[in-house]
Amino acid sequence: MSMPAYYTTKDKIWHYTFRVICFAIFFFLLAPILIMIPLSFNAQPFFTFTREMLTLNPEGYSLRWYRDFLGSESWMRSIRNSFVIGIAATLVSTTLGTLAALGLSRSEMPAKGLIMGILISPMIVPLIISAAGMFFFFSSINIAQTYLGVVLAHAALGTPFVVITVTATLVGFDQSLTRAAANLGASPTRTFFKITMPLILPGVISGALFAFITSFDEIVVVLFVAGVEQRTIPREMWSGIREDISPTILAVATILVLISVALLTVVELLRRRGERMRGLSPQ
Amino acid sequence: MSSKVKLIALSSAVSVMALSAAANDPVSLTIVSWGGAYTASQQRAYHAPFMEANPHVTIVNDDGSANALAGLRAQAQAGNVTWDLVDMLPSDAQLACDEGIILQIDHDAMLAPAPDGTPASEDFLPGSLGECFIPQIVYSTVLTFRPGAFPEDNQPSSIADLFDVENFPGRRALQDRPGTNLEWALYADGVALDEIYDVLSTPEGVDRAFAKLDTIKDHIIFWTEGAQAPQLLADGEVAFATGYNGRMFDAIEVEGMEAAIIWDGQVVEWDGWVVPADGPNVDVVMEYLYWATDTQRLADQAKFISYGPARASSAPLVGQHADLGIDMAPHMPTNPDNYFAPIVLDNDFWVDYGDELRERFANWMLQ
Amino acid sequence: MADATAEGGLTGSETDKRGRLLTSDGTPLRRALERANRRRKLTALALVAPLLAFILIFFAFPIAQMMWRSVDNPQVVNALPRTLDALQDWDGRALPPEPVFAALHADMVADLDLPRREQKIGPLGIRLNYELSAARSAISRTTRDVANFQEPYSEAFTAAHRLWGDVELWRIIKREGKPLTLSYYVAALDREYDADGNIVKRPENRQIYVSLFGRTLALSLAITAMTFLLGFPIAYYLSILPMRYANLLMIAVLLPFWTSLLVRTSAWIVLLQQQGVINNTLVGLGIIGDDGRFSLIYNQTGTIIAMTHILLPFMVLPLYSVMRTIPPSYMRAAKSLGATPWTAFRRVYFPQTLPGIGAGGVLVFIISIGYYITPALVGGQSGRMISNEIARHIQQSLNWGLAAALGSMLLVGVLVLYWLYNRLVGTDSLKFG
Repeated sequence: MSMPAYYTTKDKIWHYTFRVICFAIFFFLLAPILIMIPLSFNAQPFFTFTREMLTLNPEGYSLRWYRDFLGSESWMRSIRNSFVIGIAATLVSTTLGTLAALGLSRSEMPAKGLIMGILISPMIVPLIISAAGMFFFFSSINIAQTYLGVVLAHAALGTPFVVITVTATLVGFDQSLTRAAANLGASPTRTFFKITMPLILPGVISGALFAFITSFDEIVVVLFVAGVEQRTIPREMWSGIREDISPTILAVATILVLISVALLTVVELLRRRGERMRGLSPQ
Repeated sequence: MSSKVKLIALSSAVSVMALSAAANDPVSLTIVSWGGAYTASQQRAYHAPFMEANPHVTIVNDDGSANALAGLRAQAQAGNVTWDLVDMLPSDAQLACDEGIILQIDHDAMLAPAPDGTPASEDFLPGSLGECFIPQIVYSTVLTFRPGAFPEDNQPSSIADLFDVENFPGRRALQDRPGTNLEWALYADGVALDEIYDVLSTPEGVDRAFAKLDTIKDHIIFWTEGAQAPQLLADGEVAFATGYNGRMFDAIEVEGMEAAIIWDGQVVEWDGWVVPADGPNVDVVMEYLYWATDTQRLADQAKFISYGPARASSAPLVGQHADLGIDMAPHMPTNPDNYFAPIVLDNDFWVDYGDELRERFANWMLQ
Repeated sequence: MADATAEGGLTGSETDKRGRLLTSDGTPLRRALERANRRRKLTALALVAPLLAFILIFFAFPIAQMMWRSVDNPQVVNALPRTLDALQDWDGRALPPEPVFAALHADMVADLDLPRREQKIGPLGIRLNYELSAARSAISRTTRDVANFQEPYSEAFTAAHRLWGDVELWRIIKREGKPLTLSYYVAALDREYDADGNIVKRPENRQIYVSLFGRTLALSLAITAMTFLLGFPIAYYLSILPMRYANLLMIAVLLPFWTSLLVRTSAWIVLLQQQGVINNTLVGLGIIGDDGRFSLIYNQTGTIIAMTHILLPFMVLPLYSVMRTIPPSYMRAAKSLGATPWTAFRRVYFPQTLPGIGAGGVLVFIISIGYYITPALVGGQSGRMISNEIARHIQQSLNWGLAAALGSMLLVGVLVLYWLYNRLVGTDSLKFG
């Protein structure tokens, strides 16, 4: 944005000050995340830049924390667990959530407000309360400290995101398309897979990604419900931070940041594609 | 139950190998402990040798001790106990014992006697055995200071010095819980070591302890996690810090931190095993316990971590640190040179008054 | 929908005797429509049902069950039926008479005959200790030789433990001898019962929960205010930039949003600790001395800084989406009509952003008051919040009733806030990414 010609000196000072403030805030947002990346290559077990690092001396850098990470059985198990639990929970929450969203977006749906309230409650209720409740209940039905328990818990936490994103996609959904398909003789199932599904697919996928990241990042419920066999990456990081914080945490963090960048890109691409397909082209 | 255990005890007294001689089905034991260096020391001193002698047994470590009470109760209420053995503090063990969710222990029947034949109940340090609790180690909370913070001719040497800000100025790092701090306040205020808990059981005694703490309140920094205390000393943040003797040992002997331990008034506490009732493999656990708490095994653990063995007969067997080659005996809380004025933490007292005093302490910290 | 048209299709102007419209198969149109409508309703419900059942069973029910624990009070009733019976006519003034002690003796002896796992006395002691310190050891010490007690039992009991001679203990047994109790809520509000059974404030030096709730609210407000102060300028800046630049800068907001919570929390530990990046840089630049390092972590400062960073995207995103819709022509009009830029901003622009501020503010506030992880890792003692206390009571002190009472209060608070949020902006505005 160029500055209008009629700006007074005061306006100009404000114009620049404002931008400086804004970039300081962007810096505040990004710096903590980015600063871990170089620190994870520290050759020393410190959390600050050593003299060698600052002078770009190659000896100041090493991959030892990545080797630590890759060589550790418990970290590797936690990665496996995070993906297994995350994918299983995503499948459950995406299937149930998409069906529910299709029902909720029908105009005939009775008690819509109440049901919507119940369905998105896992997103509203403080995690500590959900975790405590699940801990007691899952223990009593013998699924605490099992994969099944953690998957069900994470599926419950992930569904609101699927319901909300898919419902949002359906708001812009042109119902005359399914009616046309029906008029032309397609069965409801065929209509769903040939017409509805392709159109809401971006919403379903981004809902699924939200559900996945919810599980992938979740720690409170894991702390209460998971046993040592089901430890996920965040749970392993929690132990690492509490007991003896070593730069291995930073190596893991760096890898996780890369994963989030990848996920963010996918979601953004999907969002744009979805807007195009529904004819709501971006401005 | 007890006759069966006696039988087992007898058989494993002959040899641990006897166990593996029989055609045994594979067994997996889930043992819950504190994680980190502590679990590592148990792994090296107990688990690994036991698994070697009994190839059909696999031991899985779970570091859930901090929240083990909740896990034990939930598993018991659900009737689905998955833990075989749990490492916990005696006060937690007392609560679990009251609830009936862990087994009562007949110490002489279930534990090995000392090599000279002294029964277990007399060999374990006085006051350490609980109704349901088998102690492993004794650790203590000690006062530590930075010598550089004081002139050479005026170094602190007692708990009373912690409360003397005129002669020993500087900040003090204390743990953010009432245990230890209240005992020390009374000790420094002139209460005899063996009367501390009697005084603390009265409302006047509690007021007296808090009044004494008030005198240093402006100089206190509170720490929460065990690793913070030596860190605060090493950073020069504080002149005094209270901390676990094992952590302080590591910081001083391994990392070369400049600090000295005052053994006066060390608050001694145990840590040990409890057996969940209705656990999946109680028989194997009992064999493990009989072996892993004998004189030699307890002495072995001290090679890997600087906590004292809970048996008197283990003390002479404590050797050198496995990795550092340091003679461990002088660093043990139970070494006679260190054990001259100990306060033995009264778990019964803390189970009874813990809730109330914790609330009061939390309130006091925020004032 | 296909069904409805096939079945209920009109074939002309057939009417029945009363002049009602009929469908081709002769049913009145209204009923046919109703039936079709009901069928559609059922289809919609059938689609929602699996998820609804799933959430009710694995989410809502566990929480309801947990809240139940805050009033559930079986311990005294189960352990001391005879004693409670004998206490019925007791006035609560002096020590109960001998028959009560005899009933207590009978209850304890009967309990000790049960297999250990079914004994009720242990849990009773733990339960009574919540109300009166040392009540637990009064019970457990008595249990050891209660089988050998001789009459008069009142003397035997008081000799076994001093508390049996304390009217307070008996009042508690009688008061808690009901299957439901309010005492966990009484404790959670820093209150207690006095000798006459009235609820009064606890001695000041034992009050902690109300001030902890207060601190949780204050910290959440501070965090909400911080996210607003930092979020408003950048949301505004993003909204006036051309789309392609805004999308680029938006990454700065979205990347933290998508990055693991534990990663962000450890980042702040790395930055804020005594030997961390910030302190070391300041010392290295000579701004502060080596002994003047700031305590930025393990206190309230740590909690506020880290949580502001973590929750900032939740403020920026709703603000941005509202600001995007405000036409710049309004500001220009105000200015051309003679308003100073500040007045134009204050009177014209700012009021239009209020829905966004409301949405972001309530969202950040709701998330903060239930936060657990970050305060637990960087909050130390002064930066702890109510969630941490709930977790402590569940996992360590084992006082599940009190944890449930604190949790229920927190839950109700959050639901009220959420209801407010819904009134303010509607759930539909919840969007992500």
